[in-house]
Amino acid sequence: MHEMGITQSIVAIVVEQAAGRKVTRVTLEIGKLAAVMPDAIRFCFDVVAQGSALDGAALDIVEIPGRARCLDCGGEVMLAEVFGHCACGSRRLERLAGEELNIKSMELETA
Amino acid sequence: MCTTCGCDDGAKITVTNLQTGQQDHMERAASPQAHPHDHHHGDGHHHGHDHPHDHDHPHDHDHHHDHAESPALAAVAGLHAVTVDLERAILDKNDRLAERNRAWFEGREILALNLVSSSGAGKTTLLERTIRDLKSEIAINVIEGDQQTLNDAERIKAAGAPAVQVNTGTGCHLEADMVRRGLDFLRPAFGSLLMIENVGNLVCPALFDLGERAKVVVLSVTEGDDKPLKYPHMFKAAELMIISKIDLAPHVDFDLDRCEAMAREVNPGIRSIRLSARTGEGLGDWYEWLRQARGSAALPAAE
Repeated sequence: MHEMGITQSIVAIVVEQAAGRKVTRVTLEIGKLAAVMPDAIRFCFDVVAQGSALDGAALDIVEIPGRARCLDCGGEVMLAEVFGHCACGSRRLERLAGEELNIKSMELETA
Repeated sequence: MCTTCGCDDGAKITVTNLQTGQQDHMERAASPQAHPHDHHHGDGHHHGHDHPHDHDHPHDHDHHHDHAESPALAAVAGLHAVTVDLERAILDKNDRLAERNRAWFEGREILALNLVSSSGAGKTTLLERTIRDLKSEIAINVIEGDQQTLNDAERIKAAGAPAVQVNTGTGCHLEADMVRRGLDFLRPAFGSLLMIENVGNLVCPALFDLGERAKVVVLSVTEGDDKPLKYPHMFKAAELMIISKIDLAPHVDFDLDRCEAMAREVNPGIRSIRLSARTGEGLGDWYEWLRQARGSAALPAAE
């Protein structure tokens, strides 16, 4: 799976943004339809963070539910998978949320 | 390192030019200390585009920061706030490199396709046959992705097309920068067709844009006909599904109609072509699809 590489990207981006300061917390946004497993990221995070400015930092993951708008009736649909149906029967859905894969914020130790 | 599948981007990536035997090694950012854009470019080729903030770094304050302080930090300088908003897409770097590849292809009217499947679905066999049948009509170049060996690129070369092999080590998918390195070797011609055969895997390649015009997912009848529902991300991302090895269909419990219905369930717009690279059945549909896709890659003025 790809979570290891993604975790390395997360740590690399935060290390660069922290510019040498100690990071105590990282908050991620992961959509439920993003094909990334939060547990796998958590598992990799401690390993990848070791020896970096993020060593020992807490990891918060905000999971964003899948949401779409039906292009036929205009109704809103909650999605548990990357595909689904509207109550009206339509499969023509425009994804509104759930594919996020973002670093929301970092918390730095005050000097 | 990753216990899920052993995928480890810390591994060394090797890019081999089958025409010259020349090899390039790329370092992935293995350690967290590694700068995310310090991978090795053996030919001195400058990839200034992959600096994550080289265009959004406002040096509008009058004292000089020669240690490249981030804009996010600059925003809180002098404050006691310790939480810094980053709002950063994690795959941003790959996505931007992919967009560069895409622009490079478009400017040269090159049709680039990203072929994905599980291992053993018949991607390489389909490519060999396609090259043999179409090489007098279309210039075809191939970037082969595999964890190890030059076998597939050698098969492509034997079929008559220039090929570059990217060995990802333990990595489970190709990324946009690997394709870029392959292009440096191949230098595909104006109006040609570039086939990127991804590492056999129906999961990870769905996430990594390479700059292709379309993803083509190959599914053989020796797999289950419910693959589209089991791996919906890939079938959602693909424009075309090729059901391969249909000559074996009478011997296996694979319902072609059911498979196509499931693919449309996941992706109502997906096209499906049934073929056998061995018997040649259905290849005409595939070639017609390629001609049409290639035609739309060309600028209207060129027609």
